[in-house]
Amino acid sequence: MGIPKQQPQQQYTVEQLLALNPYNPDILPDLENFVNEQVSSQTYSLDANLCLLRLYQFEPERMSTQIVARILVKALMAMPAPDFSLCLFLIPERVQMEEQFKTLIVLSHYLETARFRQFWDEAAKNRHIVEVVPGFEQAIQAYAIHVLSLTYQKVPRTVLAEAINIEGLSLDKFLEHQVANCGWVLEKSQGKGQLIVLPPNEFNHPELKKNAADSIPLEHITRIFPILG
Amino acid sequence: MASSYDHEDVQSQSQVDPLGYDPNYVPDSVRTFVVHLYRHIREKNVYEIHQMYESSFQTLSDRLFKETPWPSVDAVAHHVDNDHVFCLLYREMWYRHLYARLSPTAKQRIDSWDNYCSLFQVVLHGVVNMQLPNQWLWDMVDEFVYQFQSFCQYRAKMKNKTEQEIALLRQYDQAWNVYGVLNFLQALVEKSMIIQILEQEKEGLEQFTATDGYDYNGGSNVLKVLGYFSMVGLLRVHCLLGDYHTGLKCLLPIDISQQGVYTSVIGSHITTIYHFGFANLMLRRYVEAIREFNKILLYIYKTKQFHQKSPQYEQILKKNEQMYALLAICLSLCPQEQLVEETVQSQLKEKYGEKMNRMQRYDDEAFALYDELFSYACPKFITPSAPVYEEPLVNYNQEAYRLQLKLFLYEVKQQQLLSGVRTFLKVYSTISLGKLATYMEVDDPTLRTILMTYKHKTHAVDSDGKIGSNADVDFYIDDDMIHVIESKPTKRYGDYFMRQVVKLEGLMNDMDRVKLD
Repeated sequence: MGIPKQQPQQQYTVEQLLALNPYNPDILPDLENFVNEQVSSQTYSLDANLCLLRLYQFEPERMSTQIVARILVKALMAMPAPDFSLCLFLIPERVQMEEQFKTLIVLSHYLETARFRQFWDEAAKNRHIVEVVPGFEQAIQAYAIHVLSLTYQKVPRTVLAEAINIEGLSLDKFLEHQVANCGWVLEKSQGKGQLIVLPPNEFNHPELKKNAADSIPLEHITRIFPILG
Repeated sequence: MASSYDHEDVQSQSQVDPLGYDPNYVPDSVRTFVVHLYRHIREKNVYEIHQMYESSFQTLSDRLFKETPWPSVDAVAHHVDNDHVFCLLYREMWYRHLYARLSPTAKQRIDSWDNYCSLFQVVLHGVVNMQLPNQWLWDMVDEFVYQFQSFCQYRAKMKNKTEQEIALLRQYDQAWNVYGVLNFLQALVEKSMIIQILEQEKEGLEQFTATDGYDYNGGSNVLKVLGYFSMVGLLRVHCLLGDYHTGLKCLLPIDISQQGVYTSVIGSHITTIYHFGFANLMLRRYVEAIREFNKILLYIYKTKQFHQKSPQYEQILKKNEQMYALLAICLSLCPQEQLVEETVQSQLKEKYGEKMNRMQRYDDEAFALYDELFSYACPKFITPSAPVYEEPLVNYNQEAYRLQLKLFLYEVKQQQLLSGVRTFLKVYSTISLGKLATYMEVDDPTLRTILMTYKHKTHAVDSDGKIGSNADVDFYIDDDMIHVIESKPTKRYGDYFMRQVVKLEGLMNDMDRVKLD
């Protein structure tokens, strides 16, 4: 979809810590460092972050709200996956009452209900929270394009512009890039400005949906091997 | 909402009359019971152990220990050669009986924790060579998690604690500590190598499921099966903590699309599916939840008569009702009736048909119903951390539940306009945005956001990040025109034929065995 998603991290040591001993309070500082590392290297590990939130849940006095905020911004960037809710389930309500978390919850709400204009307005007012995390804008744009691609075969330019918060010349450039690299096609609609033809997928072109309904997984067939043999 | 959620706790606050109970008195029938049970365990006679465990223990409890604990372990120990492991097992049953029929004191809760520690240590260090029934091993894991949950609820009700109780809690702060609980379960999973065993079984290198976990070569099944059930235990603990993603991850080694050792004990079967379904509901993977709820509810419907005399019968019925409530929630958010079998469907209609109609309206009354059903059917969430004893003591036992409820209702609110849009989509094959906006009494841009929300909320992300559609009515937009696609339920012939092949084979085998005169 053009805009790179967050890459899963190949971090050996922390992953190893997690696998070896997920319920060990001593790995808390490592996990906190790992959050910062994910922020600076634009990587993401939901498992590690949930593990950290869990340790905070077990020992609330060790919680760092700054780290929690970073985890939540990262979780927003993982949309459309439900990671943001997964994190909230583990954060005590009194912590969620803090101003920065209230803001993040509002931002998540706008994304969940596809109100992109409100989202970008609200994000602009809260740059100090979201701009701490590099790649934030691109990740949200990727999510917006994802939802548009589920919904539209052809989307009006104005709708796209609003969703990804890019306009005018920058949008032209962006479109040029998408046309060259991602199979987008520009079309003129009758007197109403530009239409963008999004690449077909099984959700906006239902006829592409593979008819998996009546296939049987191999494991099930193996059950009758002895009979067939 | 709180009233229905709390109802499990009110059952017995009454204290035992200490005068009516002499812990050192061992009736003859109890002596016979422990002597025989001990012998059967030594002889690895699983069948007899199971009989004594499932029925004799219940019968004796009903007859002699309805309102008092069983005789203390010290009083029976000399009948069983003071066998260390047997005494640990006896005590485990002793506390389980106490929790089920009476109300444990703070000290008893702590002592029971100690007993689990000793028991699991023995198992983990591999000195156990017994063969115990799956039912019993499941009950151990199940009770261990239950007592943990019960302890957290108990500790969180700080308001009415006596100074003595608080002193005990502070002194024994490691008892039922959440790290300890999780690490025991995790250690059982790891030490038992159960994940590797299940992997190797797929390649035909190992037998586990085929023997229901029992060892017919003179070995012990205890560590392996405890490890196996501990994966279900971990799923449950993580659900109690609100960590649904991790919970499901713990269950991954068990393939729940097939029968397994987890289905060999009804309690384990139900606990597994209940938590699997609930976690998927919270992750918005409604179709997965509906599928599994449907299967187990049908299974319970067909088999519950066989469990009428079982001590778990009431629990079975209760979880059955709760899962109907969860199914009602799932289907209200994701109307996929064709996934639900007829019997289950008609039961559901009977129980929740009228409520489900009202839940479609998404008004205040509808939210109250989502609240009611969720509160009735959700797990008993816990706050795992100890209270801050220096601060004024307040009850915080409802905190975890309130948070999960609030976040769930938040999700319901985000979906409130979807059922309206769905109703319109159902009656058109194409409709222009403008026209639909007029019908729905919103402006164009708002309608676009509603339609995109519909798409987002009906497309779940699975554990591998793959997107799948949950929508029964789907659509796409071409510029200003909405094209509707209603998915027709496809008949699944494949499974049907597979079942018939197996059935026919069985029939032919039976016929081969028949000798004609």
